Amino acid sequence: MRRVTKLAAAVTATAALALTATACGESSTESGGKKNKGVGLAFDVGGRDDHSFNEAAARGTDKAEKELGVKTKEMTAGNNETEETREQRLTSLAKAGYNPVIGVGFNYGKSVNKVAKEFPDTTFGVVDEQSHAKNVVGMTFAENEASYLVGVAAAKKTKTNKVSFIGGVDNALIQKFEAGYVKGVKDTNPKIKVEVDYLYKESDKGFNDPARAKNMAKGMLARGNDVIYTAAGQSGAGSIEQISKKKGAWAIGVDSDQYRQKGLEKYKDAILTSSVKNVDVAVYELIKSVKDGKPLKGNQTFSLKEKGVSVATSGGFIDDIKGDIDKATEKIVSGEIKVPTRP
Amino acid sequence: MSRLKDKFSAQAVLQALAAPALALLTAFVLSSAVIAATGKDPFHAFYVMIDFGSKSDSQVWIINKAIPYYLSAAAVAIGFRMNLFNIGVDGQYRVAAFFAAVVGGALALPGVLQIGVIIVVAMAVGALWAGIAGVLKTTRGVSEVITTIMLNSIAGSLIGYFLSEDKLAVKDGNLFHTPTIPEAARFFLIPTSPDPIYGTVVIAAVIGLAYWFVLGRTRFGFDLRAVGRSESAASASGVSVRRMVVTSMVLSGAVAGLVGMPTLLNKSFSYGTDFPTGVGFTGIAIALLGRNHPIGMALAALLWGFLERTGIQLEFEGYAQEIVGVMQGIIVLCVVIAYEIVRRTVLRRQQSAVGAELSAQGTPGAPAGPDAAEAQDGKSAQSTQSKKAGTTA
Repeated sequence: MRRVTKLAAAVTATAALALTATACGESSTESGGKKNKGVGLAFDVGGRDDHSFNEAAARGTDKAEKELGVKTKEMTAGNNETEETREQRLTSLAKAGYNPVIGVGFNYGKSVNKVAKEFPDTTFGVVDEQSHAKNVVGMTFAENEASYLVGVAAAKKTKTNKVSFIGGVDNALIQKFEAGYVKGVKDTNPKIKVEVDYLYKESDKGFNDPARAKNMAKGMLARGNDVIYTAAGQSGAGSIEQISKKKGAWAIGVDSDQYRQKGLEKYKDAILTSSVKNVDVAVYELIKSVKDGKPLKGNQTFSLKEKGVSVATSGGFIDDIKGDIDKATEKIVSGEIKVPTRP
Repeated sequence: MSRLKDKFSAQAVLQALAAPALALLTAFVLSSAVIAATGKDPFHAFYVMIDFGSKSDSQVWIINKAIPYYLSAAAVAIGFRMNLFNIGVDGQYRVAAFFAAVVGGALALPGVLQIGVIIVVAMAVGALWAGIAGVLKTTRGVSEVITTIMLNSIAGSLIGYFLSEDKLAVKDGNLFHTPTIPEAARFFLIPTSPDPIYGTVVIAAVIGLAYWFVLGRTRFGFDLRAVGRSESAASASGVSVRRMVVTSMVLSGAVAGLVGMPTLLNKSFSYGTDFPTGVGFTGIAIALLGRNHPIGMALAALLWGFLERTGIQLEFEGYAQEIVGVMQGIIVLCVVIAYEIVRRTVLRRQQSAVGAELSAQGTPGAPAGPDAAEAQDGKSAQSTQSKKAGTTA
């Protein structure tokens, strides 16, 4: 019994020691520099070269480096990471004196809004999420509108009357893509069947798993679908590769103009069009505003009207249906067509 | 008393320290080589890690991060001690945390009571989920490795199904999460500066003590370890192996159910699409690293937290982001290998000592003397152990 008490005492003592040790000492935020070092950019999973969404943001900072002469510090999220890790990444950037600090992707929604409160003099930006703090700029896009337009293109181009949609993760953001696309297809030709599937129900791996997207596309093609729209970040490269192997099948890209992506060059003849989300414009505008000393504030929405989203025409594959696309664009801008945000 | 003396004799201490020292040294050398191979200065990397990792906010971050890791490792270790490989901790804690969050968000009981209900629900759901694998193993003979890994996938789909707006979740921006747990039913925080330590560290400490006591100091724990060493021997001495399998899976699952509690009760207060995943797999590495020992696993969990904390800083300093993952892998491999090497060396020395004694007695070939029998016993016990390490690695 005595041994037990001794052990308990030892454990308590160690715990107490550990706690007191925690309470003292310099914190890492106290020892950071203050001078503005440029732009801090935190990518979502997939990183700078995802040919899609992160890469669009990177184009914005690249442009800012060239035209505004600012420096950029880039960091990338890992799979399965938690809130604590995202908070730390943003804190590291802000503490080191980067301004603005931009989180790419809605995963940073909570952490950006939280960390921003500790750095009131720094402007924070978050792509795809709302701002809940004074010094946070929330940059959101009307993905459903661009998706509607590529839906029109898909409906016009299909020969089998079967088209499909692959989403990376079944969350509210990707559902926006799905809703717009399905509506665009159905409005154009109600007889067309749309097959919808998601890579993952709840894991962010969906934006970082090209192999799974490749398999899913294979199945869809085998079932006779001949136009596939993939909204899944880096995973999209997998389905585009698979689709390019089948003659007469079309892939629709997402976020960036994927026809022009270096990494996808081999498959570009299969890329019908892309629903482009001008993250680069949004990011550039934010950096410029900080540089000019008049930082943006609050929520900024980028829709078809502001050319925040658009449809890519590279390759000329949709030139023949340009009239239909333009007509749909007008109707959306004028408000005649209301594109739903959820399926 | 003599046992205690044996335990602390110079040679025993040396043996106990040899393996971790060897492992750490090798891991250090290999990690340095990897960093150097990427064209960066490894010593600066270690300096950054130690400097940044010892800051006060880093310490708090590391402790908070280590709590779920420790719980997860304890859940895995309960299985390991019985030669059961519960890969399903990941699914168990997520299902458990999800339903605990649903219950917690729906109730409005007095604070302490509601915390109790949430924790009990989590443990029960975790136990139930793991119990499925236990029952399948005893009734149908299905390997728990297969069932638990499949149950992980089922857990993910189950949560995905219920985590939508028309079912059990609410929409918040781009996220879906369960209704938020009322403020009264949140776990306390230990106020340290600049950030507080999660009060759920107490749960981890209690589980650590319980693990040590139940497995090391009770009849049940003895039976459990006996089954782990040799099923046939255990059942010959009257232990019901089937019951032990189900019981230990249930226990492992119940502890796994707690893994999500630090996040749920101290941080997120709801289960959402952004709830941490993969902690169950981290637990396997930490249990291996901590040698299933309650204190060893605590140190391993803290080490993991330290590596993750400093990894971000390393990326900030221009090192490859993957370095920390590589280091973690190297450390686990080094520990497993180092213990095996030390074990074999010790065994060989014992054998030659016994051999020398025997030849001194001048009775070659005669299997006489208690020493010889003991050495044989020791050898067979060791070889079961190595077999076990083989299956678990």
